[in-house]
Amino acid sequence: MVTAAKPQDAKKGTMPVVELEAITVRFCGDSGDGMQLAGTQMTNTSAIFGNDVSTLPDYPAEIRAPAGSLAGVSGFQLRFGSVKLRTPGDQVDALVAMNPAALKTNIADLVPGGVLVVNEDAFSDANLAKAHCDTNPLDDGSLDGYQLFRIPVDKLNTEACKDTGLTGRAAARCRNFYALGLIYWLYGRPMEPTLRWVETKFGSKPAVASANAKALRGGYYFGETTEMFPSRFLVKPAKIAPGTYRTISGNEATALGLLAAANSAGKTLFYGSYPITPASDILHELAKHKNFSVCTFQAEDEIAAVTSVVGAAFAGALAVTGTSGPGVALKAEAIGLAVMTELPIVIVNVQRGGPSTGLPTKTEQADLNQALYGRNGESPVCVISASTPADCFDMAIEAFRIACEFMTPVILLTDGYLANGAEPWRIPNPASLPQIKIRHPKPGDSYQPYQRDDKLARPWAIPGTPGFEHRIGGLEKSDGSGDVCYDPDNHDNMVRTRRAKIDGIASTIPDLQVRGDKSGELLVLGWGSTYGMIATAVEACQAKGMKVSSAHLKYIDPLPKNTGDVLKRFDRVLMPEMNLGQLVVLIRARFLIDVVSLTKMQGKPFMVCEIESKIEELISNGKTS
Amino acid sequence: MSGDSATVQLTAKDYASDQEIRWCPGCGDYAILAQVKKALVGLGAERHNTVFVSGIGCSSRFPYYMNTYGFHSIHGRALGVATGVKIANPDLHVWVVTGDGDALSIGGNHLLHTIRRNVDITVLLFNNRIYGLTKGQYSPTSPLGKKTKSTPQGSVDFPLHPLSVAIGAEATFVARTIDVNVKHLEYVLERAAAHRGTSFVEIYQNCNIFNDRAFEYATSKDQKHDTTLQLEHNRPLVFGKDRDKGIRLNGMTPEVVALGDGITEDDLLFHDERSAEPSLAYLLSRMHHPDFPEPIGVFRCVERSSYENLLWDQVKTAASTDAPDLGTLLQKGDSWVVD
Ligand code: SF4
Repeated sequence: MVTAAKPQDAKKGTMPVVELEAITVRFCGDSGDGMQLAGTQMTNTSAIFGNDVSTLPDYPAEIRAPAGSLAGVSGFQLRFGSVKLRTPGDQVDALVAMNPAALKTNIADLVPGGVLVVNEDAFSDANLAKAHCDTNPLDDGSLDGYQLFRIPVDKLNTEACKDTGLTGRAAARCRNFYALGLIYWLYGRPMEPTLRWVETKFGSKPAVASANAKALRGGYYFGETTEMFPSRFLVKPAKIAPGTYRTISGNEATALGLLAAANSAGKTLFYGSYPITPASDILHELAKHKNFSVCTFQAEDEIAAVTSVVGAAFAGALAVTGTSGPGVALKAEAIGLAVMTELPIVIVNVQRGGPSTGLPTKTEQADLNQALYGRNGESPVCVISASTPADCFDMAIEAFRIACEFMTPVILLTDGYLANGAEPWRIPNPASLPQIKIRHPKPGDSYQPYQRDDKLARPWAIPGTPGFEHRIGGLEKSDGSGDVCYDPDNHDNMVRTRRAKIDGIASTIPDLQVRGDKSGELLVLGWGSTYGMIATAVEACQAKGMKVSSAHLKYIDPLPKNTGDVLKRFDRVLMPEMNLGQLVVLIRARFLIDVVSLTKMQGKPFMVCEIESKIEELISNGKTS
Repeated sequence: MSGDSATVQLTAKDYASDQEIRWCPGCGDYAILAQVKKALVGLGAERHNTVFVSGIGCSSRFPYYMNTYGFHSIHGRALGVATGVKIANPDLHVWVVTGDGDALSIGGNHLLHTIRRNVDITVLLFNNRIYGLTKGQYSPTSPLGKKTKSTPQGSVDFPLHPLSVAIGAEATFVARTIDVNVKHLEYVLERAAAHRGTSFVEIYQNCNIFNDRAFEYATSKDQKHDTTLQLEHNRPLVFGKDRDKGIRLNGMTPEVVALGDGITEDDLLFHDERSAEPSLAYLLSRMHHPDFPEPIGVFRCVERSSYENLLWDQVKTAASTDAPDLGTLLQKGDSWVVD
């Protein structure tokens, strides 16, 4: 990781500066300690500085577990680099721990010899007991393998805030910014973006604004004036394609993509949803943008959310519901109704750990089978997935493109890691975005509710239009007229037609791309949020001379047309998934290929090294066998 | 599909679709269908701006028989679908046809929330106190002791009273009528359709196959004057063949009194459908046969902004104060330029 360990003179003094390609930092503390905010600020600052960034927020399901407890620890990991980054890093180079519980739950991820900054004021006997520490780790030698910096953050922060009018608990709330200031100094981050943010956020509360600014500066200058740290670190800006950038999280990107699609179609966007972690931020984001003719409807339950979406689609809106796995379970019957009535709706599933309530704030990819098969009868829908936080924007537009072109429900799978993770996003020019073309029958058009075009789509005639009055519903339809029909041959035909319609989507989607050689010993095939880890692991193995390539599926039903051809050009196929091999079963069945499954169910993303070592194992096995 | 011009005055026949009606002969649904069509004529409803949404059950086949837009959805969820339709296009006249099982059992939650939001939808609840389509199980409105296929020893399930539920959720329009009372039915339907907000209408409907004569007490010529009471706004609660009985309030408790002998109409409870406070309407909804005559007519009719109006006001205000520009929105927050 160290590209040029040439010490440089710092601006002041003779502090050596070590230049690195990328650094991973994690802030951790109580869920009330503002760790998510500190991490987000450093992410934005690093992005504005010109680095590539990738983040992994990790917060507990409880809003405020008891202060100081192990259950209440909240963390935010970010990686910033002078090179393209696709993952937030397997391990952290620097850990900031605000209390004993945070230290205890996170220390295992710090690299040996890594920078460990602790708030030593929080290591009281009471806090040690809450974290179930028999001895004080700061004194018992257990941290000898790290560069430990004991900073009395509480005391120093109180001191920094003393002339602001804030005292006691209000002042203590700034300690995250004190720690952040110190880390900014250590990694040569500019303070201006965060100072600007403080000004905008707390402009109306001058005391709070001043205290936060003083805390940030206090931490920064503490690093500068004490000679505690043996060196500083430099991560140069990355070489990034020209353009205007911002950081974007997956949920923000999903919301903006849905909005952009409706904007392109010249339609009202109807978002019917029931609050659920980790999807609620999509609702929050869209509720802010009513000026774009966005109607957000917070329904009484998941079923009302999806049925309102079905109704809104019938009435001509671009209609979408967002939820997570437990919500999709409740929506299943209504999604089936949209299959039968062939209405264009989008269902966003921000997947989390299951089954049941499972791990609400953790990530998983185990709702794939639910998306593909979780309804009664032969009930095909289009299933697509996003690969990165920014990709959620493109796939949200694509979801509506397919829904409207084929008159079908589309399920867009993202997950907790994509939803809360952020990356720099080159802001697109609205004129360059894909167009969503809408066709409603016009007066004089010949019309039957279930007549079909060349894509097998039925016409979208909407209430309010004279001459196209018609009735639809969940009972089987007669092909063409759409009348209720129990005829055996008609049912057989309709079941096959609905399936054929979904299959036909394949002719409108891009081919599966291979990264690396088009044939070889091993293809690593993924889908969804494993993209960054797979690509990084495969590139590392390619650099070591292994004949391995990667490919990533964004479309799962239907699969890209060339999927079988791609797979057959490799001796073996490895599929990492955050489930017990759900897509593996489908790929094996469809292409009769003995895929190797790599699975992980820990509520957290794969580490690059886990995929790398599996690749190495398979390729060396291949050689010896 | 035929087209028609919106300005032509339609007749009841024009609202009928070409579908063969599949209710059992003698079912109360036929009379309701006929009166709904008449009410549409009275309202001058445009077919293309009228949408009938239903759930599942005998009554929910209703949309297929109307030559308007229609959606036969899934069990209990008509109100969800209808809410989406109405928000997406507030210019549409949205009707929901549902039953006691559909609206009060599987779909109970949606009923409460649609009513409290006051979405401008006209809800017709066909109450036959039985599950018809699944061939005769007791429903949430079946009385205690009701013997059905699923309750051979009699039901031990305490029933729900639809109007009490609607008033509890502060419905802005609440009414009750009876399938065979065609004039009254038409009147109530027109009132309900004209109301802005959720209109909730309970219609006593005879299921002659599985629960025949459930409402005979309220419909038979010789009993109905004593067992029902026609509500009139600002009028005293008087009933009986000779209009010689009334309802008087004794504290908070209603009681039946005979007029005469010093008791005049002025002593009786006067009906006020416009009362902002729903307690009086609730009290009326608690009057059940055989202890009381059951009120029919409009229990409550008050003004309150509908959900979709409030929502669209926000949308329009937002658009006029902050002109939508996608380019600006996408750049929101900290952005930076890479050359
Ligand atoms: S079962 Fe009863 S409610 Fe259903 S159609 Fe027959 S008579 Fe009417």
